[in-house]
Amino acid sequence: MPESNPQIAPSRSNVGYLLLQAVNYAVFMAIVWYFSFSPPYRQLAENSAVVTLAFGHASKRVSECSVLTQEELDKLAPNMRKPMDCPRQRSPVTIELRLNGELAAREVLRPPGLYQDQSIDVYRNIKVPKGQHHLSVWMNDDSNVDGPTFEFEKTVKLLPAQRLVLSFDPDKNGFSVN
Amino acid sequence: MTKINPIKLGYRLLEGWFNFSFGPSWNPLYNLGTLTFFFFWVVLVSGLYLFIFFDTSIAGAYKSVEYISHEQWYMAGVMRSMHRYASDAAVITIILHMFREFSLDRYRGFRWFSWITGVPTLWFVITLGITGYWLVWDELALYLAVRSSELADALPFVSGSMARNFLEGQLTDRFFTLMGFLHLLGQPILLVFAVWIHVKRLSYVEINAPRGLAIGSFIALLALSLIAPVESHGPANLSQVPRVLHLDWFYLNVYPLLDYYTARQTWMITLGTTFLLMLLPWLPPKKTGKPAVVHLDHCNGCGQCADDCPFDAIDVRARTDGARWAHEVVVQPNQCAACGICLGSCPSSNPFRQKHEPLVTGIDMPQLSANQLRDETDRAISSLKADTKILVFGCDNTFDVSALESDNSAVVKVYCIGMLPSTLMEYALKKGADGIFITGCRTGDCYFRYGNVWLDKRFEGSRKPRLRARADRRRIMVSRGAEIDGARIRKSLADFHSAIAGLNASDHEPSRLGTDRDTQDAGI
Repeated sequence: MPESNPQIAPSRSNVGYLLLQAVNYAVFMAIVWYFSFSPPYRQLAENSAVVTLAFGHASKRVSECSVLTQEELDKLAPNMRKPMDCPRQRSPVTIELRLNGELAAREVLRPPGLYQDQSIDVYRNIKVPKGQHHLSVWMNDDSNVDGPTFEFEKTVKLLPAQRLVLSFDPDKNGFSVN
Repeated sequence: MTKINPIKLGYRLLEGWFNFSFGPSWNPLYNLGTLTFFFFWVVLVSGLYLFIFFDTSIAGAYKSVEYISHEQWYMAGVMRSMHRYASDAAVITIILHMFREFSLDRYRGFRWFSWITGVPTLWFVITLGITGYWLVWDELALYLAVRSSELADALPFVSGSMARNFLEGQLTDRFFTLMGFLHLLGQPILLVFAVWIHVKRLSYVEINAPRGLAIGSFIALLALSLIAPVESHGPANLSQVPRVLHLDWFYLNVYPLLDYYTARQTWMITLGTTFLLMLLPWLPPKKTGKPAVVHLDHCNGCGQCADDCPFDAIDVRARTDGARWAHEVVVQPNQCAACGICLGSCPSSNPFRQKHEPLVTGIDMPQLSANQLRDETDRAISSLKADTKILVFGCDNTFDVSALESDNSAVVKVYCIGMLPSTLMEYALKKGADGIFITGCRTGDCYFRYGNVWLDKRFEGSRKPRLRARADRRRIMVSRGAEIDGARIRKSLADFHSAIAGLNASDHEPSRLGTDRDTQDAGI
């Protein structure tokens, strides 16, 4: 049966074709190598640092526990008649971070969960120039209070590429820097 | 030249270049799946070796990788580089595989299942690579850990902040145990499962790359690993933010999006792109022809059609009609590609079976039946008035064979040249064709996967139903090509025409083909 199709020719295994294949492999591997490392990605400018605001916190409940009256108890199903009513909902948390007096970040965080009763988690990165900065943090975690429930101020000196972590623990005097 | 869209043209030119350089059997574009498997094997073997020296602790991970890269550079270091470069090469072959299927319109219609299961498989590969980069625990790993956690934190079902784990003093060795488990066991198993699903609707799935291509790829990987060994970034420092990173863009290209978009927006972009890719087979949909139908009274359940079906759409089951045969075949309509290869493989498709008028075969195509194929062949031959009559069979999915129509060549179009019964060649020559010219997809690139291969094997006599030895092979020519190969195919036809004319002049003997009785009936 005649066959005119040049593609039917057996795999190219003579020296000339092997050299041609080597060129193809070299091009392929050059692509592999280049994109495996390049182009370089600059995450942070040369003279910048990062302030990371990171903490978890259970805010105050929206309302305190109260004692139910007999009349209120009677309205409930028998298996739900507990004398104390403790609403689970927690307050939204408002945080403001100022750098040298200027607002750098402001967040209003609603507690997650079906009943908004879980603790909030904060993780924010703020890129800042290296050098000395005055940090001030303002937080309200109680919807029954106007104004801040926690405040923090500190002057810090940041080195290039340094990460300064601003964390919060209500049992250890509130905010702190690491 | 046939009008061709630029994407397809680009692919065809690249394919042609590789055919020239490697030949079709080693053409990387025809072996993208097996090449990906080959790179996966390299990754697996090198990864197992690296794990021997890897310390799965926060304090020890980086040091152990440094040992691998520098102190045992000649073995473990080379293994590390091959591990990385083979992973990168696999992403290229996967992307090329997607590009190939897209540019050749092989992702819609009956191929929808392979396409939509393939897209998530790419994500399995990407996430496997990402966890691999975490294990090095260098600056890049820390960047990935923090950024990945930010992405995870944006998911509605994730409570708490994962990202806070990567601040000073928060991390434990359990993290590395989890990463090690994911990278070494969990994700590879998921990936293998995903690949299994991806090829579920195919038969004769190749997983071994041709030896020459595998050897060449291995040498190239080894050379790159020796010339440009992989180095780590500086050790992860939780109190520092790395300024410049050398990202592996094959795996980590999503992360820089977080500089411009929130984590939630980044999810929307990546998931949106993924869903869009998965929806492509329906944008717009492609209609597949009507599936093959079985005529049980003409089927002896030999199972040749099931063996030949490239899409695993035919089952062989116990006989249900009380006939004396043990088996029957059943077509799965939702898997049938309507390629007609089963028609070509059925012994009952023999056009000499004149006692059955019209010709009914065991498994037939509703839109181009064995009977219609025979009628078309008769019509085409009778339309030829020239001294040298060439009958051209061509498939629908490549070069438009209608362009070959002329005074001395008549055309019969088929779904795939694999649907041509071998006996039809003898029939056509018997009915007055001086030569048969068959053209289909480029070798190694059959639109229906195996139509080309089965035709060759039937003609060689190594696969049933065979072209009988007495069929005059000098009068049959196969010349394959793509849409852009029209000039070459025309030249082949012209050369073939001259050769047949010469044969006609010199061959005064009566035809060496058998009589009707020799080829009649397959015993059904």
